[in-house]
Amino acid sequence: MRMIAFANRNTKEIIRDPLNLIFGLGFPLVLILLLSVIQANIPVELFQIQRLTPGVTVFGLSFMTLFSATIIAKDRGSSLLQRLYTTPLTAVDFIIGYTLPIVPIAVVQCVICYIAAVFLGLEITVGVLYAVLFIIPVSLLYIALGLLCGSVFNDKQVGGICGALLTNLSAWLSGIWFDLDLVGGLFKDIAYVLPFVHAVELERSVLNGDFSNVFEHLWWVLAYAVVILIVAILTFLRQMKK
Amino acid sequence: MTAVRIEGLTKKYKDVTAVDNLSLTIDKGELFSLLGVNGAGKTTTIKMLSCIVSATSGKAFLNGNSINDDSDKIKSIIAVSPQETAVAPGLTVKENLELMCGVHGFSKEKSKSKIAELSRLLSLDEIIKKKAGKLSGGWQRRLSIAMALISEPEILFLDEPTLGLDVIARSELWDIIRDLKGKITIVLTTHYMEEAEALSDRVGIMRDGKLLACGTPNEIKSKANTENFEKAFIKIVKGEVI
Ligand SMILES: Nc1ncnc2c1ncn2[C@@H]1O[C@H](COP(=O)(O)OP(=O)(O)OP(=O)(O)O)[C@@H](O)[C@H]1O
Ligand SMILES: [Mg+2]
Repeated sequence: MRMIAFANRNTKEIIRDPLNLIFGLGFPLVLILLLSVIQANIPVELFQIQRLTPGVTVFGLSFMTLFSATIIAKDRGSSLLQRLYTTPLTAVDFIIGYTLPIVPIAVVQCVICYIAAVFLGLEITVGVLYAVLFIIPVSLLYIALGLLCGSVFNDKQVGGICGALLTNLSAWLSGIWFDLDLVGGLFKDIAYVLPFVHAVELERSVLNGDFSNVFEHLWWVLAYAVVILIVAILTFLRQMKK
Repeated sequence: MTAVRIEGLTKKYKDVTAVDNLSLTIDKGELFSLLGVNGAGKTTTIKMLSCIVSATSGKAFLNGNSINDDSDKIKSIIAVSPQETAVAPGLTVKENLELMCGVHGFSKEKSKSKIAELSRLLSLDEIIKKKAGKLSGGWQRRLSIAMALISEPEILFLDEPTLGLDVIARSELWDIIRDLKGKITIVLTTHYMEEAEALSDRVGIMRDGKLLACGTPNEIKSKANTENFEKAFIKIVKGEVI
């Protein structure tokens, strides 16, 4: 299939960049280790391994945003994409071709985090399996954000906007690093209108076997993912036809 | 039989008219060279014909398909070698060729035989396993051309194909192009007048987006009243011939 050929190429371009792998897979791991060490000395409820790990796995998805944004932005700046525009690939082929390769990377990253967490004392339950499973829809949200950024900004801007701004924003508004109740007010309200905190709470609940609120969080995440994906496709299409 | 019919094709950018009311027909199997000084509008013409840039006004038909309405059909019958080398840097030479076979929907067997054929034709065998991004400019160029040839197009656009090639590679490419003549329709641009004269059935000379002269190299020479094709070109572009 045409799209698969393009997706294959994207997989290769991403995993052959060693920096991608080191940061994408290594950074979340370092975070888990570091915070667990701190936790061992100064216990904080938020950083208990069964609360910390789902948070870090979601935070790690910021790298997926960065990967997808970077590859699109770089391609747009090169004449390769121009060449591919003259082939039978459609806009949907392009978008799926950029998305698909990143999903498995997100899953691998998540699995690595949970393996580390188990070594640090996380109990092995069926919840771990669910957490890995539900990271897939969550990763779609983060990848879609990257597709959109990559279709709008050039590869230099992407580093700043996705790499710094979006990563920070999604981290602050996610409830991973501090309890949103501590700030409360408007900040908390904004956070709950955005999808990031829902993604984290979704992961935390399924890991801990609490399925009562799963769908509420999941819809937030999926709705954002779908809307952003559609906007990304339209944006991509527009610059393709320009 | 007409392969390319261009009727009043115009492309305006904010402050420049890159292509100005261009009308032209090219026969099936013909090799047509677009000549002109830098900025004459050659690349823009090719971009409009290959549906990556939309025309401001005017029409064009490729084997009967309109660039305005049937771009999907057109993309399945053309191939373009862009002016800038367009290869996937992280992929090997072979993988780049596989990518093009894939996006054109070739079967495994067909891809294999086409890759063998093209790597023999453009002497890519020695570098077939090397990463495209690590090749010298000229070798990337050869790969870029191979990627256009591999898809068995009905109409082939070559935008300055011999740019950056050494003398031997250039003469080999001429042989390949000569060999394709008559089988498929080829539209190429070049700044090498001896190349245009030797290869083309007909040439079109452009300046400021307009077609100044069009005909066989011999017709161009007699029009400019000189035995030397390059002198004829210069006379026409400088406006010394009406
Ligand atoms: N995207 C663009 N935006 C604005 N102007 C453009 C754009 N692309 C081309 N132009 C202008 O259109 C004109 C024709 O450019 P084009 O690239 O078609 O020339 P060319 O004949 O291919 O030249 P060269 O021999 O240098 O490749 C130039 O004046 C160029 O500056
Ligand atoms: Mg040009």
